[in-house]
Amino acid sequence: MPAQDISDNKAFLTEKVIKNYSGIFDKASLSRIASIRRDTVDRPVIYIGTGTCGIISGAKATLEKVRKFIAENKIEASIIEVGCNGFCSAEPLLDIQLPGKTRLSFHNVTEDKAEDVLNSALHHTVQSDLVLGQYRQAGLEEWPNVGLIDNLQWFSLQTRHILKNAGIISPASIEEYIVRGGYKSLYKTVLNYPADKICEIIEQSELKGRAGGGFLTGRKWKIALDTAGDQKYMICNADESDPGAFMDRAVIESDPHRVIEGLAIASYAIGASQAIIYVRSDYENPLKVLEYAIKQAREYGLLGEDIFGSGFSLSINIRRGAGAFVCGEETALITSLEGQRGLPRPKPPFPAEKGLWGQPTVINNVETLANIPGILENGPGWFKSTGTQSSKGTKLFSVAGKAASTGFIEVPMGISFSSIIYDIAGGVRDGNALKAVQLGGPSGVCIPPAELDTPLDFEALSAIGAKLGLGGLVILDEKTCMVNLAKYFIDFLQKESCGKCIPCREGTRKMLDILNGITKRPKEESAHETLERFKGVVQLENLAHVISDTSLCGLGQNAPNPVLSSLKWFREEFEEHIFDRRCRAGVCHDLRTFYIDVDPCTGCNICQKKCPENAIIGSVKLPHFIIESKCTGCGICFDVCKFSAIYFK
Amino acid sequence: MEAIFEKYSLKKPENLIPLLQEIQEANGYLTDEIVEKVSVHLNIPTNRIYGVATFYDQFRFKRRGMFHIRVCRGTSCYLCSSSSYLKEIEKLLKVQDGSVSRDKKFSLETVNCMGGCSQSPVIRINDTYYHHLSVSDMGEIIRTLRAKSE
Repeated sequence: MPAQDISDNKAFLTEKVIKNYSGIFDKASLSRIASIRRDTVDRPVIYIGTGTCGIISGAKATLEKVRKFIAENKIEASIIEVGCNGFCSAEPLLDIQLPGKTRLSFHNVTEDKAEDVLNSALHHTVQSDLVLGQYRQAGLEEWPNVGLIDNLQWFSLQTRHILKNAGIISPASIEEYIVRGGYKSLYKTVLNYPADKICEIIEQSELKGRAGGGFLTGRKWKIALDTAGDQKYMICNADESDPGAFMDRAVIESDPHRVIEGLAIASYAIGASQAIIYVRSDYENPLKVLEYAIKQAREYGLLGEDIFGSGFSLSINIRRGAGAFVCGEETALITSLEGQRGLPRPKPPFPAEKGLWGQPTVINNVETLANIPGILENGPGWFKSTGTQSSKGTKLFSVAGKAASTGFIEVPMGISFSSIIYDIAGGVRDGNALKAVQLGGPSGVCIPPAELDTPLDFEALSAIGAKLGLGGLVILDEKTCMVNLAKYFIDFLQKESCGKCIPCREGTRKMLDILNGITKRPKEESAHETLERFKGVVQLENLAHVISDTSLCGLGQNAPNPVLSSLKWFREEFEEHIFDRRCRAGVCHDLRTFYIDVDPCTGCNICQKKCPENAIIGSVKLPHFIIESKCTGCGICFDVCKFSAIYFK
Repeated sequence: MEAIFEKYSLKKPENLIPLLQEIQEANGYLTDEIVEKVSVHLNIPTNRIYGVATFYDQFRFKRRGMFHIRVCRGTSCYLCSSSSYLKEIEKLLKVQDGSVSRDKKFSLETVNCMGGCSQSPVIRINDTYYHHLSVSDMGEIIRTLRAKSE
């Protein structure tokens, strides 16, 4: 869009598009909307996904290359930076839309491939090995022999409400969000409904908080609305502290205005004139995107004083979290905002009654808020029509770890684990067997293959002792050691424990000691240590229950979950470590003993030279031998052997 | 620093964290003198400021190296053996997690998650991301960076 059009567009969009209830436009407006939506383009448009996942994959280099290519060849084309469409393992994504033709998407377009892709596409030919698919766009000429992008395995089972615009629109363009129905719900809300009616609509939709608590969002708003306070606060939690989950980041980067609109509606519903977005400081790109989006919304009069002449005013501030896992917890987040160490407070009083500076405060996460505009646009019935009896609507999940395809998806509540893993993500990478699925961050659980048919909703998951959490799915393959993983999580939680409650602070440390004992090399310990270890193992389960029963906040209460769930479903692996002193995955270094297979061993002598313990003996050109009592299991010989002659048990 | 103080001119306790964040961004790290100045400016005792600054992972009291290496230790990266990259870097640079190499050129830090779980394991050096590397590539990367600094 040329620069001089922007001020015109502003008046057109705020006066004619947002305020148009009927959806009926005259011909001139329709063509203007179509051109902003880029349904029709008059010159080639190149879209590059520059979300964090894209940047990591090298999208910035691709972008530079594309810019250079266009300048050098004097091609009249626009370049648009978009977010991510969710298919992160296909990043960097590059789309091309030629006049009169549908938008064509290419995957894994790294710097070196960009030129070829552009060259062929601009000459109306398709470089087939990099094509992802074409968009479904009525009235435009389709590319021959190219599949539709929504028929791809990754997309076909998804129901995309929140991610409707993700990867399609530019996050830096409020215009594109508005012509796709954006800010209409906010307009409708502030002009037509009293605040309690909004709370009621959201409660009717049965939207539950997407941060894992599962409390009805509408009810939480109503409590805050009904509590008297001088200054109420609405907080959007974009801290997303669970490692392994990244949907909130992706939503902000791909469609920031949806979150801002949701936040504005929520603020109206609880009667808050101040809203805060709490973003993790590591999220540099989302921070930039949000800051710019808020600035734009302010320029358009969608934030600020007296929005749409309704008398409702709202200012949104961004606060950067300073990096503490515990600040994902509501009350800890509030103490952090007050400028203190992020220590949780006892509940009740709940933040909705007494939160930031003692005032009624509602905290919702990014995904919850991103659901709001859709519910007000289409009604609570529409929202309720997807999902299950106990959990309505759709849910975002991120798929990471050892899955064949990774990224983030939006699916109806109640979909099974196996559908996500096999039907969407294409199974486990490299054809390995699936060992477990880790759900819900460090304090989540590991679900074994036997439970994969469990529907993903609040009720069914709590029946098997799991929690939805933020919705981060990490796929574990057979090369994962469950004891080692439990140790990793406990180590994480131990470091992140704020230290307020002794059971959490000292209990997790003790748990870590026990797990370290289990995975330690047996040869080095005295009889007393062995006894202590066995005593510890017996106590592990008891200790876990004490920690979860006596801790104040969610972090402590859920801290033993990784151990408890692993003990429940993978007990035999713990027993193997304790009694047989064996790690079947070969991950626990201390428990490995290496052997040399005499047939492939050529006697090259390299292992003998590299062994730090002098545990390998043998003459040149004759098979070597490892002295078991000297071997510490460091694995150096295994790594240096060129003939795969060394194996471990 | 005066400009940052001016921006947060109100003596409100909630300004402490943003103030420290901006000072650290400008200065690279926090020092005792900075903490004292902030204490005077916001009228908050230094022990409370230390309490806050040491509670959060973001704040540091050590200077960073010319190349700041961040290795992700999120669940997904951990599973994709980010710890072997960490070990390799520690071996190559003779630095420990959270410290600076002797020549002050490299500093190493592990982070909880960079939000790039789909591309794991992720390593970030200053503003450049590296992903899908093999452990043996680390030597080459570090050599190139070292050559660049000389």
